[in-house]
Amino acid sequence: MTTMTKQKAAAKPRSAPPRSGYTRVLLNTPYLLWCVIFVLVPLAMVAYYAFTDGSGHFTLGTFADLLATAEKRATLVDVFGRSMFYALIATAISLVLAYPLAYIMAHSGRGAQRNLMMLLMVPMWMNFLICTYCWMNILSKNGIINGGIAWVNLKLSPLGLALPKLDMLNKPGAVILGMVYNYLPYMILPIYTVLAKLSPSLVEAAQDLGASRFQVLRKVTAPLSLPGVASGITMVFVPSVSTFYISQKLGGTKNQLIGDWIERSFMGGYSYNGGAALSLILMLIIVVCMMVMKHFSDGEEGAFVA
Amino acid sequence: MEKNVVIDLRNISVSFDGQPILKDLNLYIRDREFITLLGPSGCGKTTTLRIIGGFLNPDSGEVIFDGKKYNGVPAHKRPVNTIFQRYALFPHLNVYKNVAFGLQLLGLTRQEIEARTTDMLRTVNLSGFERRSVASLSGGQQQRVAIARALAVRPRVLLLDEPLGALDLKLRKDMQMELKNIQQQLGVTFVYVTHDQEEALSMSDTIVVMDEGEIQQIGKPKDIYDEPKNAFVADFIGESNILDGIMLRDYRVAFAGVQFDCVDKGFSRSEPVDVVIRPEDVDVVAPESGLLRGEVTNVTFKGVHYEFIVDVAGFKWLIQSTDAVTAGDVIGIAIKPEEIHIMKKSKYSDAVGDYSSYSDEYEELSNPDEEEEAQEETEADA
Repeated sequence: MTTMTKQKAAAKPRSAPPRSGYTRVLLNTPYLLWCVIFVLVPLAMVAYYAFTDGSGHFTLGTFADLLATAEKRATLVDVFGRSMFYALIATAISLVLAYPLAYIMAHSGRGAQRNLMMLLMVPMWMNFLICTYCWMNILSKNGIINGGIAWVNLKLSPLGLALPKLDMLNKPGAVILGMVYNYLPYMILPIYTVLAKLSPSLVEAAQDLGASRFQVLRKVTAPLSLPGVASGITMVFVPSVSTFYISQKLGGTKNQLIGDWIERSFMGGYSYNGGAALSLILMLIIVVCMMVMKHFSDGEEGAFVA
Repeated sequence: MEKNVVIDLRNISVSFDGQPILKDLNLYIRDREFITLLGPSGCGKTTTLRIIGGFLNPDSGEVIFDGKKYNGVPAHKRPVNTIFQRYALFPHLNVYKNVAFGLQLLGLTRQEIEARTTDMLRTVNLSGFERRSVASLSGGQQQRVAIARALAVRPRVLLLDEPLGALDLKLRKDMQMELKNIQQQLGVTFVYVTHDQEEALSMSDTIVVMDEGEIQQIGKPKDIYDEPKNAFVADFIGESNILDGIMLRDYRVAFAGVQFDCVDKGFSRSEPVDVVIRPEDVDVVAPESGLLRGEVTNVTFKGVHYEFIVDVAGFKWLIQSTDAVTAGDVIGIAIKPEEIHIMKKSKYSDAVGDYSSYSDEYEELSNPDEEEEAQEETEADA
């Protein structure tokens, strides 16, 4: 009614009621139970098998056995090296593909963001075994790609031309392709989340101070999206380095990865203990890698909120 | 056209989703001027600022800098810098690097960058804070970093979007003084956006009062306060008793059932008008010697003066006086001719009433709702 300058009283901030120690324990119980059943117990079982022999006595022999002969040592280095190398390449390719995609998604309209997210999620709803079989079909000697080439050759034959058939399956490239295909969404999502949360006023502030679009990306957007990149790298590298199915189906026998070896140890039935020992070594490597990544993302959490 | 015009906005119109935000806005800004865009949230003041800054292109109209058309020129190529509502400091850079950000983009040498950054930090009283992270600073300090960062690149024009909105009252008063000093010291043109009329009155050379995408009045603070053009301006700037009146002839007006002498002329005979009387311009006299008489219904002690509501034949007046009165007193009201301001009727005339719903709330400190709305306005722009 009267003056338009009249102001409403400031709303008081709500504060959570203090929780008693008893309530806190009660609220934590489900999480603790989950941790015990799904993390601690399996971990203890792996450790038990790794440090015991077939009859349940403590031994370091399982580890010693892995390093017993020069040939065994060479196999160990070869398989671990290959796993790490493929996983690194797959992670790098995922990052190169994911960053621009996440950037485009974060800068699209709301409707487009929803649709792109959908396109990203749908392949994740399909069983990854089926996806991997599909890739086998696509890449194999008589698969879809070579079928296409054969069709083209049919058309070209009057001209005396022919394209060579492609031998793509059972190559390192096929394994890496499988990794990238399966784990790409795990790279896109964390980067997208960080970019979408980045305050537009920071970009405007940079433009305002004279930064071109590329300079904004280099000096503001990229550094502030590092936490997302770091968690994306972790989420792609860890499953890639430990995968077994992808390499078996797309890599044939020559591209054995550490995951295959572990799987064979258990499923081949000859050594739970050997498999457990390999698992522990793999876990150690992953923990080291994650600590390195954490170094990059440390202190950056929440930094993107202006 | 005046001399020394830096920025000239001609016939600017903008709408979002068919909703007009600015309607044919015309405004020029002189060199070294402290100009304030003042209005309630949603009035188009932030939009105007964003058009000058290059973050938004008008649907129609021209944006002219120094006589050259700048429509479509991106923000990073304009000779203006902005201080954003929430400062928008770069969280991954320390204080020094934030201030040096624009200087590095200018391609200056290390020595030049260092000299200017250090100099700017001294200007805003932040020497010694170079290595601090911006997150560790208080609101006022962050504000200073934002000012230093924007001024380090030596813009012709600095745009400030409610820069003091997030600060508490005391700090806000200090920063008002400081901003004004910096502006005079550096001779930079300031375009300042606020919804706080007191801030606008105390800092500006020129105030532009806006509402509903239109400029209601442009003028010096004193002119705007003393000679509001319509009921909106009178109501928005300061406190006003706005009454329906009839201009009987030049220098003679009737309102509240009584005829008064006044100093206004140039209206038609018997033209209906809005009459503005500021609360501090009313003289409290004995009941029998005033032209108007009323009963005091509410008294608030304000330190320097009393503020009270007087019911005069059903119309509630707001009066500020150093004379002590108590609720229930019957007092007389006298008004000198020069304290009566006559305005033409406008679309706002019906929207303003008396002080019957008066409460202390209008003592505006900070208003989170309004800031939120302003933020939404910004987001809508983006």
